[in-house]
Amino acid sequence: MIGSLPPAAVMILGALFVPLLRGRARTGWVLLLPVASLAALLSLGEGEFGQVSIFSYELTLVRIDGLSRIFGWLFHIAAFIGLIFARRGGSALEDTSALVYAGAAIGAVQAGDLITLFVFWELLALSSVFLVWARRTERSYRAGIRYLIVQVGSGVILLAGIIAHARATGSVAFDHMGTETLGGKLILLGIGIKAAFPLLHNWLTDAYPEATYSGAVFLSAFTTKVAVYTLARGYQGEDLLIWVGVVMTMFPIFYAVIENDLRRVLGYSMINQIGFMVCGVGIGTEMAMNGAVAHAFNDVLFKGLLFMSTGALLYRTGTTKCSELGGLYKSMPKTAGLCIVGAASISAFPLFSGFVSKSMVMAAALEQNLDFVWLFLLFASAGVLHHAGIKIPFYGFFGPDSGIRTKEAPTTMLIAMGMAAFLCVFNGAFPTLFLYPNLPYEVTYVPFTSAHVISQLQLLFFAVLAFVWLRLSDREPHELPSTNLDADWFYRRFGRSLALAAGGVASRLRDAVAARSVAAAGSAIGSARRYMGPTGVWGRTWPTGTNVIWVAILLLVFLLLYYASTPVASVPPLP
Amino acid sequence: MASGKRDMSGEVKDRGRHYFDDPKRWKRLIAILIVACAVVFALDIANPILYRLTGFELRHPERSWEGFPEFYAVYGFLAYTAIVYTAKLLRKGVMRDEDYYDR
Repeated sequence: MIGSLPPAAVMILGALFVPLLRGRARTGWVLLLPVASLAALLSLGEGEFGQVSIFSYELTLVRIDGLSRIFGWLFHIAAFIGLIFARRGGSALEDTSALVYAGAAIGAVQAGDLITLFVFWELLALSSVFLVWARRTERSYRAGIRYLIVQVGSGVILLAGIIAHARATGSVAFDHMGTETLGGKLILLGIGIKAAFPLLHNWLTDAYPEATYSGAVFLSAFTTKVAVYTLARGYQGEDLLIWVGVVMTMFPIFYAVIENDLRRVLGYSMINQIGFMVCGVGIGTEMAMNGAVAHAFNDVLFKGLLFMSTGALLYRTGTTKCSELGGLYKSMPKTAGLCIVGAASISAFPLFSGFVSKSMVMAAALEQNLDFVWLFLLFASAGVLHHAGIKIPFYGFFGPDSGIRTKEAPTTMLIAMGMAAFLCVFNGAFPTLFLYPNLPYEVTYVPFTSAHVISQLQLLFFAVLAFVWLRLSDREPHELPSTNLDADWFYRRFGRSLALAAGGVASRLRDAVAARSVAAAGSAIGSARRYMGPTGVWGRTWPTGTNVIWVAILLLVFLLLYYASTPVASVPPLP
Repeated sequence: MASGKRDMSGEVKDRGRHYFDDPKRWKRLIAILIVACAVVFALDIANPILYRLTGFELRHPERSWEGFPEFYAVYGFLAYTAIVYTAKLLRKGVMRDEDYYDR
C-alpha cells in the first residue's frame, strides 16, 4: 500500500492522525512514519513517477535520481532523530507540524517540475511556522509572523519566476535554469531568500532562536537545505553564486563572535556553512557539487546535534544566553560531551564529518584556480572554529560557573544526540561506506592524505592557541546581554518608523481634509439655507403684481435695445 | 580560567568537586594543546628535510605561497585573532540593549 503513495505523502497524511494519539501510541506512530516513508522511497528506485497533466502542463510529482535520493535519505534521518529528541515535552502540535514540514521537504526535493516544487515550497513555510509559535511567547509569536511573511514572500517571488519561465520556455520542468532569463532571475531570488543569501538572511537568525527547543532542530534541517538542493538543481556552475557563497561564509562569523544567544550563534553559523555549499554549487565542477551535497548532509547532522545540545540546555535551564550560562558540564556531562562531538565535526577536525566534505569544496576552488576564494574559505574555517567549535561548548558548558545546577538531559534527548554524534563520526571516519557512494557524481577525492591532515591540524590547533592566548589575556569579547543590529533593522526599526511616520502624515492629512470638507459643506448648507430657506430671498413667495412689473421692465429694456441697435433711417415703421 | 567575575560559587555547595574546578586541569589541557601545536609545527619543519633525504613528502604545496613551512599555522593564528578584533570593532557599531526591538 505504501508503495503506491509518493514518499512525501506518507508523513504528511500520517501527521493528520497525530492529534488523535497520546503517549506511547503517539511516539510509536511518529517514529514509524519516517521509517515507512524511507521504505517507500527506497522501493521506488531511480526514475520519474506520478506524471499528471494539468492545463497542458506536464507535472512530475516524484523524480528520484542521485541528487534527490541523497537529500531524501538526509531528510528521513533528520526527521527520525528530531522526532526522538522531541519526545520529551513536545506537544502534538509540534509533532504534527514537524511531520508535515519533513514531508514537504521530501516532496520539494523529489519534485520533477516547478509547480510541484512551488506547492511544497509554500507548505514548508506554513508547516514550520508552528514550530516557532509552539513556544507560546510574545517574542516567538512576533518572530513567527515575520518569518511567515518572508517565507511566503519567497514563495510568491518563486511563483512569479515560474510563470515568467513557463511563458518563455513553454515548460515547467525543473532542470537547469540559469540567470539569463527574467524567470531564472526571479526564481533565484525566491530561492535566495530561503537559502539566506546576504541581506535576505535575517528571517533565519530572527526566528530559529525563538522556536521551541526541538522546533529549532527541525528548522535547521529542512528549509535551507531544500534551498541548497534547488540551487544545485537549477543553478549549477553559476559564477555569481561563488561570491555570494564567499560573502555568506564571511560576514556571519563576526556576528557569531559577539552574539550572546547560543542558538542565534548557531543561526549565523548556519549561514556560514550554507555559504560553503552555495560556493560549491557556483564552482559547479563534479568535485564541487559533491562537496556541496556532502557538506549539506553533514551540516544537517552536526548542526542538528549542536541545536539539540543547546535545546537540552534550554529545556533544563530555560536559557541559551552565554551571559547566563557556564559550568553546565557539572550537571550535564553527557550533553556536554555530545556537544563537543558536534563542535569538532563542524570545525572539521580529522575523523569528524566536516573534514571530509568542506575540504572537497575548497579543493575544487583551488583546482579551478580560484585562489582568493580558497583563501576566504580558509579564513572562514578559522571563524567556524571560533563560534561553533569553541564558543558553543565553552560558554555553554564550561566557562565561568554560573551556579546553575540541574539534571542531565532526558534519556530520549541523549539517544537522539547520540545517534547524530555517531553519524558525525561515522561519516567523518568512514566516508567511503555511505556518504561518498551516495553522492551525485563519482568521488575521486581522497580526504585522508598526510598533507590535508597536517595542514588542517595546523590551522585548527594554532587557532585554538590564539583563543587560549586571547582568553587568558582577557582580549576575548565579553559575553554581554545585547541585541546586535543586522539587516533586519531596516524592516524592524527603519521600515517600522517609516510606516508609522507615513501613517501619521496620512492621518493628519485625512483629519485636515475631513475638517475642511466638513467646514465647506457646512458653509454651503448655511448659504443655501440663507438664500433658499423659508426666509431666504429665493424661498420667498412673490405676489403676482411683482412679476407683472418685472415683465414690463424686461419688455421696456428689449424695446430700448432694439432701437439702439438699428440705424435711424432704416427703422421700419412700426406696424 | 575557571574563575570569573560571574562566579557565584559562594552559593554553590559542590565547589571543588568537579573536574575543571581545579585550575591544574585547565593548565594540563593547555599543555596538551601546546604539545600538539609543537608536533604539527615540527612536522612542517621536518618536511623539506625529509624530502631531501628520502624523496618522500608529507605535504606537497599546491601553490607557491602555501608552500612555505607553517603557512597554515600562521594563517590559523592570525585569522582567529583578526576575527576577534574585527568583531570587537563591529560590536562598537551594532550593539544595542537586549530589549532594543521590544521597546
